[in-house]
Amino acid sequence: MRAFAYEEPRTLAEAGALMARPGRNQLLAGGTDLLVRLKRREWTVDTVINLKRIAGLRGVEARGDHVFVGPLTTLDELAASELVAKRWPILVETVHEMGSPQVRAMSTAGGNLCNASPAADLAPPLLCLDATMKVWGLRGERHVPLREFFLGPGKTALEPGEILTEIRIPPALAKGCFIKFCTRRAMDLAFVSVACAAVGKDVRLALGAVAPTPIRVLPSVEEAMKRCAPIDDVRASAEYRREMVRVLVRRALARVAS
Amino acid sequence: MKLRLSMRVNGNAVELEIEPHRTLLEVLRNDLGLAGVREGCSTGDCGACTVLVNGKPLVSCLMLAPDAEGASIVTIEGLAKDGKLDPMQEAFVAKGAIQCGFCTPGMILAAKTEDIPEGNLCRCTGYTKIQEAIREERRTTRPQA
Repeated sequence: MRAFAYEEPRTLAEAGALMARPGRNQLLAGGTDLLVRLKRREWTVDTVINLKRIAGLRGVEARGDHVFVGPLTTLDELAASELVAKRWPILVETVHEMGSPQVRAMSTAGGNLCNASPAADLAPPLLCLDATMKVWGLRGERHVPLREFFLGPGKTALEPGEILTEIRIPPALAKGCFIKFCTRRAMDLAFVSVACAAVGKDVRLALGAVAPTPIRVLPSVEEAMKRCAPIDDVRASAEYRREMVRVLVRRALARVAS
Repeated sequence: MKLRLSMRVNGNAVELEIEPHRTLLEVLRNDLGLAGVREGCSTGDCGACTVLVNGKPLVSCLMLAPDAEGASIVTIEGLAKDGKLDPMQEAFVAKGAIQCGFCTPGMILAAKTEDIPEGNLCRCTGYTKIQEAIREERRTTRPQA
């Protein structure tokens, strides 16, 4: 990696001030994406701002009308949370499809979402759970529904200087499934991913890796086929992905209905 | 600019000055001479650089060294006690689960907490013997499990 300056702010205000300085400033959470990009020289940065010394950005807990998931919660902590396991087994199932145990112990929930990969595994189930992103900035706090958070590959609704401080999930229990379609059982990216969850009688469906962002779609095969717009790449052809959307959505809907 | 880094490595307090863009892998290997920490892919995919950080296996190639401030690190060099190999190391030797030996340190450290390591590649493809060694270790040291 090329040399960079390094900062460990203790508060959001300190982090905000650091991000406002000139130069290319990059936030560090788990580092499992950032370090790979820096090593490959896909990104160059002047300053890395490590968020891990800021209190209150990690952990899972019930708070009034929602469940708080700190963005710095690691994937293995998310899956080990009893609260999550009881309400949303779909999230536990999803985490177990991600990376490897070593990577899950480092990668964070917030990092997975803020990288805005079209194939981000946490996105489809959290879209089904109607998650909201609480965002802090020097001009104040705001809430962004996850459905409006992803703007394109690598692009989110975060403005320069804003920091994700909370992933809020409405507390309703959900029964669901996450299907990640890929060639290997660990350390792989999805060709297509499908999350389907029933919250009460409300069936919800979301897709990953088949559009510029993860997308929530109406729960039917026809709607999924209409909305998906996959590309050809090294992993699979667009045509094959479309066919897999048809198969996997049918399968996911059947699984949730049973 | 250099930063001061304090951590425990294999039970010993270590203090050193590092550049912030160094990974934990580089500091362990190059500054502390712990060559059992292997650099394979260096992008977190192969698991060869696995070390225990506060008891959990992590890939040290994707951990920025300053992030290890205050942490307790165990590398393969720290497993043997009083000149005796750790039971997992013994099992790997007994079952011939070591071919070229490159993946072995990471594989053994990952096997300390995982049933069968999921995030470690063996390019000799000696997986069968590795699985046998891990099962053997479980059978002999944790008969109740």
